[in-house]
Amino acid sequence: MADTKKLIQGNEACTMGAIKAGARFCASYPITPASEIGEILSEELPKVGGKFIQMEDEIASMGAVIGASVMGVKSITATSGPGFDLKQENIAYAAMTEIPVVIVDVQRSGPSTGGATVCAQGDLLQAKYGRSGDCPMIVLYPNSVKEIYKTTVRAFNLAEKYMSPVILLMDETIGHMRENIDLSEYAKLEIINRKCPEVGPEEYKPYEPDKDGIVRLMPFGNKNGYRYVIQGMHHGSNGMPNLAPEVLQCSLDRINGKIERHKEDIWEWEEIDTDDADVVVVSVGCVSRSAAEAVHEMRKKGIKTGFFRPITLWPFPDQPLKNAIKNTKVVVVPEMNMGQLIHIVKEYANDKVKVVPINIYDGTVIMPEQIEHVIEEVNKK
Amino acid sequence: MSVQDMIKKSAFPLFTCPGCTDGIVLNAFLRAFEKLDYDRSNTVLCCAIGCAGRTPTLLDFNVLRVTHGRALAFATGVKLAKPDTKVVVFMGDGDSLAIGGNHFIHACRRNIDLTAITFRNEIYGMTGGQYAPTTPLEGIATTSPYGMIEPSFDGCKLAAGSGATYVARGDVYNVTNLEKVIEGALNHKGFSFVEALTTCPTQFGRRNKVADPVKMIHRIKDMTIPIEKARTMNEEELEGKFPIGVFVDKTAVDLNTRFDNLLVRVQRQA
Repeated sequence: MADTKKLIQGNEACTMGAIKAGARFCASYPITPASEIGEILSEELPKVGGKFIQMEDEIASMGAVIGASVMGVKSITATSGPGFDLKQENIAYAAMTEIPVVIVDVQRSGPSTGGATVCAQGDLLQAKYGRSGDCPMIVLYPNSVKEIYKTTVRAFNLAEKYMSPVILLMDETIGHMRENIDLSEYAKLEIINRKCPEVGPEEYKPYEPDKDGIVRLMPFGNKNGYRYVIQGMHHGSNGMPNLAPEVLQCSLDRINGKIERHKEDIWEWEEIDTDDADVVVVSVGCVSRSAAEAVHEMRKKGIKTGFFRPITLWPFPDQPLKNAIKNTKVVVVPEMNMGQLIHIVKEYANDKVKVVPINIYDGTVIMPEQIEHVIEEVNKK
Repeated sequence: MSVQDMIKKSAFPLFTCPGCTDGIVLNAFLRAFEKLDYDRSNTVLCCAIGCAGRTPTLLDFNVLRVTHGRALAFATGVKLAKPDTKVVVFMGDGDSLAIGGNHFIHACRRNIDLTAITFRNEIYGMTGGQYAPTTPLEGIATTSPYGMIEPSFDGCKLAAGSGATYVARGDVYNVTNLEKVIEGALNHKGFSFVEALTTCPTQFGRRNKVADPVKMIHRIKDMTIPIEKARTMNEEELEGKFPIGVFVDKTAVDLNTRFDNLLVRVQRQA
């Protein structure tokens, strides 16, 4: 049997997942530490009949991928901090017009130019709140090369299923890390494609949702007589501009509600030993790898410690977190920023639970020992 | 298929001001489109923000109306994703030459096979009459109350200098020429650009002593000269004049053809 194991980089796994999911278009702009995604896709997409283009800026690359998706072609772009800032307006456009597309943000230290090669987790809240208006978003955050591969596929699946942009959050460490992956394990991954309209062109209303609350947008260039307008301005079910109060309320309810209503399908999280835990560590991305190690060490020392990791960061897996920490005395939240994930944890922790931050933002990855030290301290009290 | 059938009756009454000439450009486009007998279902009109950016939504086509200045960026994705689709991009002068200037020069450079039409009304109309990169020197706008002090862009020179392979200018007075140059642009393989001189009596005219829509069209008549005549005039005589006609019409390999060749080459190696 052929050896299907490969040693690959996180960013590379993302490109392989994208092609597996059916992505055939990528537009990007060079930026460290995400550049490998564009570089590899420029080489690999033509082999499967796809296209890559390096656009003139981050804004244009975001626009081009939405344009390609409007034509029915699954599309991806990748960036980091400053580029993620620039992409926000067009990400909001994709959310408002309900165009599926995948945006990768390999986080680096910021704000501004910050440190291009320096790891950080400063975009957790930006991923959710970085745009004007009440803009819904699905955000996924894997923590290993294997998981980057399958989460990239999942990002495309969720984008197509819910007609929404999906942000795949990574960080410099997991983007540049190399691990073994056995692709034969993923041969049967489910691939979801967007649904076609249920009615003919005469009765078609592009922004009239189906029974699941999802719009059925016929790709442009369809040659079947479906003609309509896609626009970021508030629009009624026929897609035309409409600022009537009931239309605004209804469309905002729909684009936000479709994510909220289906959150249990979108949620994915990892949980270890939370049942009897006195201390639970909540973390994401590269830091969660150290956290898992720390939890393991603490158990060996007899301290009842558990681990909770949202893989879907937004919509936040609130109920699963509540369940995981309902009997816990202390929740420790290590993160490589000045405190972002902790706000969400505090929102869902009951009054009896003490929430303790660990914030390292000097560019060094939080080590298991640093988390263990805090767990031992809080356990003494 | 008549031109009337390509206009949405449901879009009336129009959002445009009395005396607006954006419709004359749309009319010229529809007539050229009809003459060339393209398939509407396999055509995408791309546009963005402002008066010119909104007008294509009145047409019964597939219309992708995007963020301010970004129409050409989105259109690039549209055309690369489905090369057999006819793509026409409608923009205002602020849209294409200010906020979207970067996308404009790079779309020209790439020679992507689509048609871009800029409505040059010399003002930001929808937002209330602020100056545009096309407002003439000394022109009054809400952000140039003492007169415009910045030189303006010539869209055609910018397009030609950036590598567009078809560059033309038309205007809302000489409508026969306008229709002819738009037809030439639609028929062209590669990046084609038409700068259409239009009028905005409400925001430009009122502030610049040409509030009367007819006077504004006469102003366009006085500003324009056929390209052949312009070639016989010196720089001083050309001051403030806009030559109309075709400046560039050349054959060059377009971006999708280059992609097709690349795909063949890569897949042969694989």
